[in-house]
Amino acid sequence: MTALSDVSSHAMASARWRISEVAFWALALACAFLFQSRYLIMTDIVRLGLFALSLDLILGYAGIVSLGHAAFFGVGAYSAGLLALHGIINEPVIALVAAGLVAAVLGFLTSFLVIRGVDLTRLMVTLGIALLLEALAERFSDITGGTDGLQGIEMQPILGLFAFDMFGKTGFFYSLIVLFILFLLARRVVHSPFGLSLRSIKNNPLRAAAIGVPVNRRLIAVYTLAAFYAGIAGALFTQTTALASLDVFSFERSADLMLVLVIGGTGYLYGGLIGAVVFKMLQELFQSITPQYWLFWIGLVLVVIVMVGRARIHRWVLFVPNLVIRQFAGRKAAVAVPESDVS
Amino acid sequence: MASILTNLFDGVAYGMLLFVLACGLAVTLGLMNFVNLAHGAFAMAGGYICAVLVNQSGWPFFAALPLAFVGSALIGIALERTLYRHLYSRSHLDQVLFSIGLVFMSVAAVDYIMGSSRVFIKLPAALEGQIDLFGVGIGRYRLMIVVICGLLTLALQLILAKTRFGSRLRAAVDDPRAAIGLGINVPQVFAFTFAFGCGLAGLGGALSAEILGLDPYFPLKFMIYFLIVVTVGGSSSITGPFLASLLLGIADVAGKYYVPKLGPFVIYTVMIVILLWRPNGLFGRTAAR
Repeated sequence: MTALSDVSSHAMASARWRISEVAFWALALACAFLFQSRYLIMTDIVRLGLFALSLDLILGYAGIVSLGHAAFFGVGAYSAGLLALHGIINEPVIALVAAGLVAAVLGFLTSFLVIRGVDLTRLMVTLGIALLLEALAERFSDITGGTDGLQGIEMQPILGLFAFDMFGKTGFFYSLIVLFILFLLARRVVHSPFGLSLRSIKNNPLRAAAIGVPVNRRLIAVYTLAAFYAGIAGALFTQTTALASLDVFSFERSADLMLVLVIGGTGYLYGGLIGAVVFKMLQELFQSITPQYWLFWIGLVLVVIVMVGRARIHRWVLFVPNLVIRQFAGRKAAVAVPESDVS
Repeated sequence: MASILTNLFDGVAYGMLLFVLACGLAVTLGLMNFVNLAHGAFAMAGGYICAVLVNQSGWPFFAALPLAFVGSALIGIALERTLYRHLYSRSHLDQVLFSIGLVFMSVAAVDYIMGSSRVFIKLPAALEGQIDLFGVGIGRYRLMIVVICGLLTLALQLILAKTRFGSRLRAAVDDPRAAIGLGINVPQVFAFTFAFGCGLAGLGGALSAEILGLDPYFPLKFMIYFLIVVTVGGSSSITGPFLASLLLGIADVAGKYYVPKLGPFVIYTVMIVILLWRPNGLFGRTAAR
């Protein structure tokens, strides 16, 4: 067997749908019918999951540490808000795609700044871009509404058929479907040769370049894609809540997103989704204990996760599921996530 | 003309303050290659220690300043020994997450203990008002800041360049392995430097309560400023961050005074441009580590 066919067969094997994945989505759909009174928070989770998926594409797969991913979220949110407010594109789905494209253009333009330099410079540049956009949004308050945010957004029915209702049912299913479609796309991307080359860049850019991977072009491409995803997440935020305010750009949003991804685990697509669920639950829990000081507990979770070690925590969490899978499918079965997954 | 000079002086004072606040970060981030976003938390600790001593215990302002330094340094060394030490060799992502976690905890903890409103430190009467120097109005408080920070900068430069500890630190930074081989206790040097940097931040925090404002969100609000100082200034010497903070201070004060509508826009743009033009900072060394 040649090296090439070995790589491709490996890629195809890992791209196959597993039972656990089907179960995950079935569970997500089941939640939609089980917890009918909690659509709003579930929409929140779905949105956050999509946003985390976007960060995972650049952080988990390409190894770019970004402190300003909220920039694209914010641009998507404001684009969707402005499109709806001024009646430019009334149909939510088209507006959603348009907002994503605006964010993607911004991502493409800023990617040239981000691919230069080392980790630290990237941190600073991404953080700087997000802060810059926040300052701009505040400055041009006649367009963005300044600190008050965009007021009076009215969403038209989706595809002209499904109107947004006050319980958030339409919003939730809409978000879930968008998430699922984008997830399929992301899944296709990361299991493609393109995705494999991204991983090689993450592991060692120098060697990746040596075997003929165009490092910078790949990074630009994935950064643009991630910006598109983040823009969609932002647009979903505006469309389902009918508001867009300055805090869509805030540093806390980017920092929380890192936490979401770290809880779920970087470098596999479900990390962001699982992280979003756990994060929201933690947030609810902390907010119910200490409404004003939940930030402390979130910070503590971060510190503990880092001190214990991210890889180790995931090994512990996945010990039981992996054990179950092995019992049913034999010792060499594919486990939910490789135990040696180091990110 | 006079107002330009007054603004220039304000900018210099502001810049020097930023330098004292950020030079500890220049060491941890620039020299030890540790991304410590929680640096502002130590500054905040110093500010609040000073505020409590002056406002509640009735200490004189100048006696509380050294204690702000000592208190922050002690917190710094305690955290360094227990937590930071384990993270020096971790990835930048881990360091970022860890220090963001610390920032969140410090923000919420201070909010809980001290309340969320802005805190003012009672100043002695001698520091209030302006003095008139050749027709240029100069705030007394700012003059004191310039004097204190100027002296500190000189002292730091002398310590780094002339003393035995300074040469140890430079050796440990240039090549930790070779330094260990020469019998230098590198972890100890780093711990001491870290604590000293935290102490300076605490002192800076105490001094800055009057100018920058002191509230629980201080570490988040000024994080970007500290990072700008270090990344723009580079880390090869103490002069780089010093010049960078002067530049930042003057630009910020001038920007707020002359083009108030643009807000912080100017500074962020300048930072991004400089980072693209010289990824290792204006005065940085060329080798990226």
